Amino acid sequence: MEIRYWNQRLETLPRHELRQLQLERLREVVGYALQTPFYKKRLPKVGISSPEDIRSLDDLKKIPFTVKDDLRQAFPKGLLAVDMEKVVRIHSSSGTTGIPTVIYYTADDLDRWTDLLARSIVATGAGPGDVFQNMMSYGLFTGGLGVHYGAERVGMAVIPVGGGNTQRQLQIMRDFRTTVLHITPSYLLHIHQRMPEFGLTPADLNLKKAWMGAEPHSENTRLKLQELFGIDIYNSYGLSEMNGPGVAFECVYKNDLHVWEDGYIIEIIDPRTGEPVEDGQEGEVVFTNLIRHALPLLRYRTRDLAFLHPDPCPCGRTARRMSRITGRTDDMLIINGVNVFPSQIEEVLMSIPEVGTNYQIHLSRHEGLDRLTVKVEIYSKLFTGDLAALEALKNKINEKLRASITINSRIELHEPGSLPAIEGKAKRVVDEREKL
Amino acid sequence: MKIRQISVFLENRKGRLYEVCSLLGQAGINIRALTIAETESFGVLRMVVNKPDEAISLFRKHNITANLTDVVAVEVPDRPGGLAEVLKVLSDGNINVEYMYAFVEKFSEKALLVFRFDDPSGAHRVLTSAGVTVLTEKDLPNL
Repeated sequence: MEIRYWNQRLETLPRHELRQLQLERLREVVGYALQTPFYKKRLPKVGISSPEDIRSLDDLKKIPFTVKDDLRQAFPKGLLAVDMEKVVRIHSSSGTTGIPTVIYYTADDLDRWTDLLARSIVATGAGPGDVFQNMMSYGLFTGGLGVHYGAERVGMAVIPVGGGNTQRQLQIMRDFRTTVLHITPSYLLHIHQRMPEFGLTPADLNLKKAWMGAEPHSENTRLKLQELFGIDIYNSYGLSEMNGPGVAFECVYKNDLHVWEDGYIIEIIDPRTGEPVEDGQEGEVVFTNLIRHALPLLRYRTRDLAFLHPDPCPCGRTARRMSRITGRTDDMLIINGVNVFPSQIEEVLMSIPEVGTNYQIHLSRHEGLDRLTVKVEIYSKLFTGDLAALEALKNKINEKLRASITINSRIELHEPGSLPAIEGKAKRVVDEREKL
Repeated sequence: MKIRQISVFLENRKGRLYEVCSLLGQAGINIRALTIAETESFGVLRMVVNKPDEAISLFRKHNITANLTDVVAVEVPDRPGGLAEVLKVLSDGNINVEYMYAFVEKFSEKALLVFRFDDPSGAHRVLTSAGVTVLTEKDLPNL
């Protein structure tokens, strides 16, 4: 198999040199972290008042974990380590309790992030001559822009189409002879199901590869999609707290994802005790970002579950491989690639007077796409007998939900007392989607 | 001039309409006129009964979402074109009909219809000045 590197020296750096590089970069980001109100308070308590207090990588363990809620508490500038004048990009996500989280990047941060994406892309064998159709959302979501710039750096022809509009996507694939896609597994499946409608088969297209991310999926889903399209599909992993995509990526061997350890220190911990698990054991993934200076994050708990492969990969890269995500330690839902917490939905519902206290979140899959149905009980005293008012209420709930979670839902109105009651740990989320 | 209609919120569930109607039956409350407005996932049962106050407290007791709405009972000639004549009066008088339905039985030579108007007082004025009979709850025998 042909192995191509973007930066062969760094990608094949012997482990001891890699650790030395990690140590140098950790000292550097600790220096930046000490500029932030958040870590300025937190780090001296564990004996770290300057970068020199990090003597070895083991000292990382002294640093307490950072969690999502810390980012919310620190909103908007508690974790900003540089002058706003140095910031050239801001990404943000809606919060579970209405408080958003924000990530800042300097020009150099973007440069380093883009480089890891270029590395990821080349590891899958893609490069100049490829026509790349980026079907991930652009905007505040890091998935679209992150891969976009990486692909440009590599020299691919980038089509920044973004998500949605299947007919147009297929037309672009045909007109521009697209060779590489960046897409969620559910959308790729949906595309396949819609092709006959437009008189197309995969043979009419020129697709060679797809990078698949933003949604957990099984090996069987990959194999099925590879067979349906006759292409190679590579698993992609990232999160905006660690810049975005390009934290870990599969190489041509497609045998789980190389974590770019010169950019991110990975730890796998027992989510209950916080202690490291043995190599090969599943646990919660914890990352320290070594390459972002505007907003440093040390030992960030991702809530994703995965394990590390102890054995090296035949591709020669020394970056260890992480398994695909096997689950979550919290109740986050991934709906058509969008992260949604049930608490966000509850927050919206409880702000609407016509809605009673009981509700249920129902997830199903239709033609490869997720469908979110929110069942709510109406509040008796506000029932007027007017059908139009009830329809208006449904629209109002959907609009308010969309403002918070960015996706459309189907609203079902129910009689008071008909949904499982709040007492006795009612099952709020019913997920009937078959596992991808 | 107005009579009271009971509106009941019904979710789309097998047997729910039966449960609501049988509650009324057991309490000896008689349905005089009814209609169901439905959407994909829920419906509203609208009816005129002989004992609206009892019906409402019965529904509240059983946690059924219900409410009273004012509607107008109008006598309509029971012959071809009879309803159209009344609707013309309303249309000429610039009165909007939100919905309407018929009584189950006849109390006279004329048919009896339930109208919900956006402007009930205006409707009453237009109808009576055109000689159309509008009934009150007291006018309705056995109600």
